[in-house]
Amino acid sequence: MHFDPQSLASRAAHLAPTDPWPALGVVVGSVLGVAAFVTVLGLVLIYAERKIAAHFQCRVGPYRVGPHGTLQAVADAVKLLLKEDVVPTGSDHLLHILAPVLSFAGMVLCIIALPMGPHAQVVDLDIGVLYITAVAGLGVLGILLGGWSSHNKWSLLGAMRAGAQIISYELSAMLALLVAVLFSGTLQLSGIVLAQQEGWWIWRAHGAGLVAFVLFVVAGTAEINRTPFDLAEGESELTAGFHTEYSGLRFAFFFLAEFLNLFVLAAMATTLFLGGWMPLHIGSWSAWNAAMDMLPPGLWFAGKAAAVVFLLMWFRWTFPRLRVDQLMRLEWKVLLPIGFANLFFAAVLVVSGWYFFPTVAAAPVPQLPAAGSSDDAGGAP
Amino acid sequence: MATSLLPVSGQALDAQSLVAKIQKLCPAAQLRPDCDRPAVKVPLAHWPVLAQQLFASADLLFDLLETHTAIDWVQTGQIELVYVLTSLQCGHHLTVFVDVARDNPVAPSLCAVWPIAQWQEREVFDLFGVHYTDHPDLRRLFLDDDWQGFPLRKDYADDFMLERPS
Amino acid sequence: MNATVATTLRARLDALPSQSLLGTQEYFVNMGPQHPSTHGVLRLVLKLDGETVHQVIPVLGYIHRGIEKICEHSNYRQLVHLTDRMDYLSALANNWAATMVVEKAAAMETNSRIEAIRTLVTELQRIHSHQLWWGVFGMDLGAFTPFFYGFRDREILTDVFERTIGGRLTMNYIQPGGVMHDIHPELVADVKAFLAVFKPRLDEYEALLSENVIVQERLRGVGVLTAQDAVALGATGPVLRASGVAHDLRKAEPYGLYGQVAFDVPVGSRGDCWDRYAVRMQEMRQSIRIVEQLLDNIPEGKHFLVKPAAKIKVKPGVWYSHLETARGVLGAMLVSTGGEAPYRVHFRTPNFNNLWAVTTTATGGRVADLVAILSSLDLVIPDIDR
Repeated sequence: MHFDPQSLASRAAHLAPTDPWPALGVVVGSVLGVAAFVTVLGLVLIYAERKIAAHFQCRVGPYRVGPHGTLQAVADAVKLLLKEDVVPTGSDHLLHILAPVLSFAGMVLCIIALPMGPHAQVVDLDIGVLYITAVAGLGVLGILLGGWSSHNKWSLLGAMRAGAQIISYELSAMLALLVAVLFSGTLQLSGIVLAQQEGWWIWRAHGAGLVAFVLFVVAGTAEINRTPFDLAEGESELTAGFHTEYSGLRFAFFFLAEFLNLFVLAAMATTLFLGGWMPLHIGSWSAWNAAMDMLPPGLWFAGKAAAVVFLLMWFRWTFPRLRVDQLMRLEWKVLLPIGFANLFFAAVLVVSGWYFFPTVAAAPVPQLPAAGSSDDAGGAP
Repeated sequence: MATSLLPVSGQALDAQSLVAKIQKLCPAAQLRPDCDRPAVKVPLAHWPVLAQQLFASADLLFDLLETHTAIDWVQTGQIELVYVLTSLQCGHHLTVFVDVARDNPVAPSLCAVWPIAQWQEREVFDLFGVHYTDHPDLRRLFLDDDWQGFPLRKDYADDFMLERPS
Repeated sequence: MNATVATTLRARLDALPSQSLLGTQEYFVNMGPQHPSTHGVLRLVLKLDGETVHQVIPVLGYIHRGIEKICEHSNYRQLVHLTDRMDYLSALANNWAATMVVEKAAAMETNSRIEAIRTLVTELQRIHSHQLWWGVFGMDLGAFTPFFYGFRDREILTDVFERTIGGRLTMNYIQPGGVMHDIHPELVADVKAFLAVFKPRLDEYEALLSENVIVQERLRGVGVLTAQDAVALGATGPVLRASGVAHDLRKAEPYGLYGQVAFDVPVGSRGDCWDRYAVRMQEMRQSIRIVEQLLDNIPEGKHFLVKPAAKIKVKPGVWYSHLETARGVLGAMLVSTGGEAPYRVHFRTPNFNNLWAVTTTATGGRVADLVAILSSLDLVIPDIDR
């Protein structure tokens, strides 16, 4: 099967000179699509988390609203919308209001660059990996501002923990990303997916990919503040950390951003190490590959992302929380050296071509039409 | 059963020899006969020295101040301080009673001997109004700082108390 | 740079307090009275420098109900029923402590059936209490799941109590001269069913929390309380035993049927949070041992020897008795001037005395350590304030 990925932005740019109205339709469609996707994804993830947590804890979880409690997340969202929005006295009003929006915006900006299928990608930037790591940094800004502007010492403590933690763990996450970039030879996310046509980097690279995947998941968990790295919230220590003073819709934004974060992490891990939307191909086993191609790429992507999300939820409902100095020790004394060694090992592998199916992968990545580059994608969100 | 880190260095004394021993250390100490456990009554002036001896003396070794409280004898005008001591190293125990005057209740603090006394004394100060000299932090423990009166005294009354049906 | 300049610089640097090199400043934070990990209305005023705890000042009295004062206005039967509101997780042991001192003062007799029932239910409640502690301990470390595991298994035992005693939390059962009702005919079968479920689950607890590397990291070497400090600070119960002092009133001064059952007293060696955790985990196993020995050997007889309506009179004097609850030594002192009501009642509660260990062990650690220490002391706040 030959994949010819094309992003929605490049499609719009193609159409624009000749058919402006369909091009506008694509743009509007993708804006609405992203908005709907983000909302539905948030609700699904919240429901999934609650159900999975419940089953880990020998409970049934939400069960009353809708069949098997499926509408519980909707009901919660409605409740949060109707709640009084409290801005504490003495807080920095503007920043207090801005913080959850920043957190949320950062995540939406990440989602538009993720390739969820050969044709399901809003913008395909040729520096996609860099773009996502940069934009995800907006999230930490939101948390820092939220904790700082709340006029609450516990919140501030949470925000400072988050700041130190996210900045530290970004290094390890980056080193892990670079392994996939090295193997694929491109920073473009669709290119990285295409480079895994003969097999996923997690198993093709003699352990380097696997180590990088583990590093990325660990560092990513720390970056998105989930247990065992949920120090910024620290329910039992800081009451709720940076979002103690948030209520109603603003809290909902933080909450939604947290779950989108989870998805972005899972999607990135999928794209870089698990082949993205690419089916499980093995080199030139054409019969096997054809069998794998029976499932549509979108389903492959969703399944892999869901598996990673489940893994992260499993962590959350099993592990206790690390202490702040242990957290730093883990990053600077354990993960970072491993990350560097792994990157070096990966570089050696790439240079020597000593990994599974190097010849096929070394073939030039299909050049996308020039219009697909980010410069022309002005109309996309 | 694992061995105790605290050395068991003494023999448990029976009530008689315990009281005899204490009377040898402090002749003014008297046996208090209406108690179910070995108990002595010690004059206030002798108490700080005796406390130190009870703690340090090799065959007594009262290392744990199990509790400290007071009894308000409103009829006789005394507040009786009660110290329940246990020796984890020897296995015997002793109750010490010390009288202080009800209208001027001042007693020496025993924080230096048993650190836990700091908070037990604060409780007695809070509820009985006994002042401890040399106490590092003598404040009310349970009640508000501006509370008037000492509730465990027998003559305590405030506006919120209800008349008990008799 | 010549040697003199270097020495001067060095001296200047040394003269600076180490904390002020970064220009940091201490600040105060109120932890509680409404805080998830103080488990009640305990308030700790923390002096912090960043994350480092410099001083812990407990502030008490948010749930002070004057139980000792109320006891002075109650008769000897009534005062027993106030005690379950002190340490509500050891309600039966509290009942027993008050009952014990009243029985001693009024020279009341009991029979071996009464003592067996008292020992059995109190020991079951020790498991009950430790189950809750285990769940909450996990939650304080940031793991939610143990909380549900602990409560799931505790619920079975709560149902067992409910069938015999009627109450589920603040139970009133042990009273002077006997127990309030005879045990439910199904009690023995219920407890056996519970043990069959719970024993494998105790291993599951170990697998979920004890063997977790993060738990070990968070607990080992944290909040070290030496044996000498523990005794000086009046700590008792698992806190004292974790520090290596094998003091358990069930062994030292056996009451009830503890003199006739075989059990060990688990002891720690370092007195850190991990030892306190491990001691309680082993205590649950020892309690199971005691319960198993008692279950099939409850003697026949009456469950009360003094009619519940009978008035109790006590001659003048002072009585003190103590026993071992799930948290330590609970003492009850009774002062009588004769008649039907005590002149003064005092309860020496384990939590009041265990609390102060936090002021020394938590200093110098992190906020997260403080939470772990608090949780490892297993405090019940109403028992502190009374």
